Amino acid sequence: MLDQAEAYLTADGRQIGPVVMEMKNITLRFGGVEAIKDISFDIREGEIRAIIGPNGAGKSSMLNVISGFYVPQEGEVFYKGEPRAHMKPYEVARQGIARTFQNIALFEGMSVLDNVMTGRLIHMKANLFSQALWRGKAEHEEIANREVAEKIIDFLEIQAIRKTSVSRLPYGLKKRVELARALVAEPSLLLLDEPMAGMNVEEKEDMSRFILDVNDEFGTTIALIEHDMGVVMDLSDRVVVMDYGKKIGDGTPDEVRNNQDVIDAYLGVSHD
Amino acid sequence: MPEQVVFGMEVFLNGLMAGVLYALVALGFVLIYKASGIFNYAQGVMALFSAMTLVGVMNGQVPFSHLINAIFGTEIHHFGWHLPALAGILLTMGIMVILAWLVQKVIFKHLVNQAPIILFMATIGLAYFMEGFGDLMWGGEIKKLDVGIPQGINLWIDETTFNIFDYGFFIDNLDIFATVVAIFLVFALVAFAQYTKQGRAMRAVADDHQAALSVGVSLNFIWVMVWSLAGFVALIAGIMWGTKSGVQFSLSLIALKALPVLMLGGFTSIPGAIVGGLIIGVGEKMFEFLVGPLIGGATENWFAYVLALLFLVFRPQGLFGEKIIERV
Amino acid sequence: MLYREAGDFKTTYREDNQTFPIKFDRYRYYAVLAVAFLLIPFLINDYWVNAIFLPFLIYSIAAIGLNILVGYCGQVSLGSGGFMAVGAYAVYKLMTAFPDVSIMIHVFLAGAITAGVGVLFGLPSLRIKGFYLAVATLAAQFFLVWIFNRVPWFYNYSASGQINAPEREFFGVAVTGANADSWATYVFCLIILTFCGIVARNLTRGAMGRKWMAIRDMDIAAEIIGVNPLNAKLSAFAISSFFIGISGALFFSVYLGAVEVGEAFGINKSFLILFMIIIGGLGSIFGSFAGAAFLVLLPVLLKNLFVAGLGWQPDLATHLEFMIVGGLIILFLVVEPHGIAQIWRLAKEKLRLWPFPH
Repeated sequence: MLDQAEAYLTADGRQIGPVVMEMKNITLRFGGVEAIKDISFDIREGEIRAIIGPNGAGKSSMLNVISGFYVPQEGEVFYKGEPRAHMKPYEVARQGIARTFQNIALFEGMSVLDNVMTGRLIHMKANLFSQALWRGKAEHEEIANREVAEKIIDFLEIQAIRKTSVSRLPYGLKKRVELARALVAEPSLLLLDEPMAGMNVEEKEDMSRFILDVNDEFGTTIALIEHDMGVVMDLSDRVVVMDYGKKIGDGTPDEVRNNQDVIDAYLGVSHD
Repeated sequence: MPEQVVFGMEVFLNGLMAGVLYALVALGFVLIYKASGIFNYAQGVMALFSAMTLVGVMNGQVPFSHLINAIFGTEIHHFGWHLPALAGILLTMGIMVILAWLVQKVIFKHLVNQAPIILFMATIGLAYFMEGFGDLMWGGEIKKLDVGIPQGINLWIDETTFNIFDYGFFIDNLDIFATVVAIFLVFALVAFAQYTKQGRAMRAVADDHQAALSVGVSLNFIWVMVWSLAGFVALIAGIMWGTKSGVQFSLSLIALKALPVLMLGGFTSIPGAIVGGLIIGVGEKMFEFLVGPLIGGATENWFAYVLALLFLVFRPQGLFGEKIIERV
Repeated sequence: MLYREAGDFKTTYREDNQTFPIKFDRYRYYAVLAVAFLLIPFLINDYWVNAIFLPFLIYSIAAIGLNILVGYCGQVSLGSGGFMAVGAYAVYKLMTAFPDVSIMIHVFLAGAITAGVGVLFGLPSLRIKGFYLAVATLAAQFFLVWIFNRVPWFYNYSASGQINAPEREFFGVAVTGANADSWATYVFCLIILTFCGIVARNLTRGAMGRKWMAIRDMDIAAEIIGVNPLNAKLSAFAISSFFIGISGALFFSVYLGAVEVGEAFGINKSFLILFMIIIGGLGSIFGSFAGAAFLVLLPVLLKNLFVAGLGWQPDLATHLEFMIVGGLIILFLVVEPHGIAQIWRLAKEKLRLWPFPH
């Protein structure tokens, strides 16, 4: 069992920090259906944590619980040591948790730059009058936040399309803009919901590189859901495996790979 | 029995019957909304237009006579015939089918896959267009509509209630007739939807356009059919209201009466439209009777809306709607 | 050839954030302002002011207001007529209660009062969406008109039930009442419109505007990235109602002078303003102006053409006007859902490349 408080070294020698988020005995129901059954796991600072599992395993529901969109019927969520009170999704965002979506949820009527700037909204505090007159705090804020946004735009290499309407972009670029919008909030925990779904190999490679760079350069803790086992195993430090709403494995990629339950879930098992 | 209670009972009965008429208009909305996702604001104007057309056809008016006279300086008004009511109604139904086809062909065929609110605004445009078009075609003056529906106080009810309460209820024969027709219409529509091939196709389209398309249902046909059905419902509502208070602009405002009914009952539910109509009909008459005198009267203008609004705040999906689970 | 961004480099984000980033646009904007303030007041007469300029200026303010709510924040409202009535009655009560305070202050206070009422009727938007909300705003429309009709306090117990604007001055020049000069009313409204236009533009290009658009485009995603929907929707209702209230106040006090609420602020007014922003362009400040201009000019043109020109009955022209307006709404929704503003943008796009389009 890992120590709860201290930093430790992963198998491949990466230093990761103490626990930032802990899920304790989470159960989530929709009507009579149990989407998540009594799951506990933690996310440590600075790591890339993957949640994997076959279709319908409850991964997305789990991510929605972490991001505060669903409130579990049982169990507790601890963030930075504090139990999370009943919180609205936007309050969770203000705590420093940002996310992307499986089916891209960009604001289609806005330009790339405006979309990215929406990620900065939680940092913009100018009052109405200042905004109405475009003087003082509002103007300064606009420029200061634009600089942050431009840094991320540079980082994700989407400078050329910054004034293009999002609705005109191809799928892969949309995914990247969405990542930019999440990153620009400077989150301490970044949630990625199938960041590579529907991409070709080249786009997947790009996206993997960005994820690793984000983790590396900004030290952002990342929790991601992914279908593609190969990608997950290469990217992540630790992996949670879910099946039918239950946790069937938790550990480093190597440990998970050799876990009999996981193999059964993925490859099937003969019931005799 | 105290006088107030007896009066209240009369108001209640009248409210119920007004409610049936609201439900009738609301039904037209539900039909189109279920099958095509279009919230048809023009339903009220369709009722007005159909009633105008019926009057015009029965009296043998020349369409667009005012316009023709203005342009060519002629003096034409009537063809000089008078049609019996039944023939007039059949002819008007034919015109409503043509209208339905045109609406589908000219407008909504081009708006497939647009946001629902855009479709809604298009129907507001359609309402304006048809209002101008109807007036231009048949003239803007108030018209009398008589297709032989009995009118005036129902003496039997008057006498019976007088014997019981010492006070005769005033119930209009027309309202009773309208109630019977409305009930009959509801059953006919439900039977059509449940037991005919077209009805099944209509329900399939309502459920899922793509799936219906993939099993060979012609969307275009269904939509024209649904608009025609809504046109018939509008015609019946137009006949009832037109007989009652003359065919005039205010007839199109019955759409505004039907909207809160829909909010209450849910946009997709036929039983919802009926129950909602009755609640609103009774509610607004009783409110006007009990509270109206205290706060200046004429509360019917807004009561239904405020009731529906308050109700929705606590139950956003309406009476019969399903609870919405939000997903990302 | 003048319309170029090449060579017009932006070296700071401040420059890039300007309302008119292209130099030619900027100069054109200054030119329009100069003509509107310095030239037109000396050229116009009563007919032009009352038939065209005042309605255009006042409806533009209302259209900007409604566009903020519908075009930017995505909350469809059919209650604008009712909110205009709030502005009108608020300014009436203020004008008669505090005759010595400047009318300008009254107009803005009327806007603020309307903003409060708007927030009240905006509260259901937190629970109700789409059509349900659109229909729910009709509750505001009918209820407000009813209350101004039935509660005598609002019309100072006048026998006719109407409200009449007394004469009030702005810097010593009468702008309301029977003695107001037409150029004075024009300039007064123009000042307010200019202010409203600039404020609306500033709000929509900054943080507030992004909040609204995020809610409009995808409310769930907006909430998850940290937009408080309560705050965003209610601020849209408040600011939208603020503008609409100002427009209602001007419509009554400066333009009509006397108002019967059901007639001046009925549901048709709500639709008229909605049509303005559909035809002009949802989510565009310029579109609000264009739509208002279009729907103010159209009836005037039709009337001149059919009644004065061809000698038709006025009611025929009115029927035709209904048909044309309705038909245009449909046409715009089918052909160009983003309205005149989009046509204008495309034209500018072409102009930027002209004469070498490839």
